[in-house]
Amino acid sequence: MSAPASPRILVCMPAWHEERSIAAIVLALRDKLPYDILVVNDGSLDDTSGTARRAGAIVLDLPCNLGIGGAVQTAFLYAREEGYDIVVRIDADGQHEIADIPAVLAPILEGRADAVIGSRFLGETEYRGTFMRRFGIRYFCTLVRTFTGYRVTDPTSGFFAINRKLIEFYSQHYPSDYPEVDAYILMHHLKARATEVPARMYARAEGKSSITSLGAVYYMVKVTLSFIINCLRRFG
Amino acid sequence: MNRVTIIAALAAMALVGYILEMVRRRKLREEYSILWLSGGLVMLVLVLRRDWLEIASQAVGIFYPPSFLFLVAIFFILLILIHFSITVSRLYQMNKRIAQEIALLKNRAASNHAPTPE
Repeated sequence: MSAPASPRILVCMPAWHEERSIAAIVLALRDKLPYDILVVNDGSLDDTSGTARRAGAIVLDLPCNLGIGGAVQTAFLYAREEGYDIVVRIDADGQHEIADIPAVLAPILEGRADAVIGSRFLGETEYRGTFMRRFGIRYFCTLVRTFTGYRVTDPTSGFFAINRKLIEFYSQHYPSDYPEVDAYILMHHLKARATEVPARMYARAEGKSSITSLGAVYYMVKVTLSFIINCLRRFG
Repeated sequence: MNRVTIIAALAAMALVGYILEMVRRRKLREEYSILWLSGGLVMLVLVLRRDWLEIASQAVGIFYPPSFLFLVAIFFILLILIHFSITVSRLYQMNKRIAQEIALLKNRAASNHAPTPE
């Protein structure tokens, strides 16, 4: 094999009450990609954990429900301890296209990026959101661009890959709820090279979105506050 | 001393006494008693020394001295509530870390005992 050993890659999924969709995704991942699969069971009361384990995933069981950010951060902690070089994060509900993972990994593998975000708005898209959702996304794009300079099209995307540098940092500093937009603050702080690639996104196979309409308002207020406060903050 | 002064002084002393007793019985950590005790003591002094209360309220431009007492009380209550918010945030952070650590440890424990995979 050539000089550097091939990087160790972990595909992780935070899962909360996803027993009906998780097995199919884990099996499809095992079938198509040679990477380790980690499911972080965020305190589900159903058989998410057992189903994922039987399908062949590594499963971390959180003793209580931490929310999406806390669950994803657990995956980063695991990746850091186990020495993975790249973590890919996808949803456990079947919204993301597994076949897009190599495209999301490519810029990191080629050393062109520290973080790659799969965007449902780049390239051809069949995605249609509600007016409110599209407005929110446009608002976040402006916020991210103003405060960090990253030109993004899909700031709330939960489909991304990060390299070792970001794994280390996120395992200490990842936001607890609605972490995706906030993450640009962290990347900006690290002067990380972030890039987007087109990624398909489907309507949910099972379960329902974690974002409700009241949640959306909270999401926007919270993220705005995070961006403003970040201007006054130094990370320890 | 008029009746309201006596009642107010007794109430402030009861507060201070109760807080001290809770600390003595280890039901309240010293750290959390300090704001309660200082609030209670400041109130006690201002209740008993009417002349000081008048000087203080004049200094900040309050014409009716007893309302200065409310201001002081609200100020301490606010400080205590902020202190609680900070404490809750810190506990949340610690709790999250502990939950994550448990998940990692459970996985490690299971893989130590698991039969070798096929």
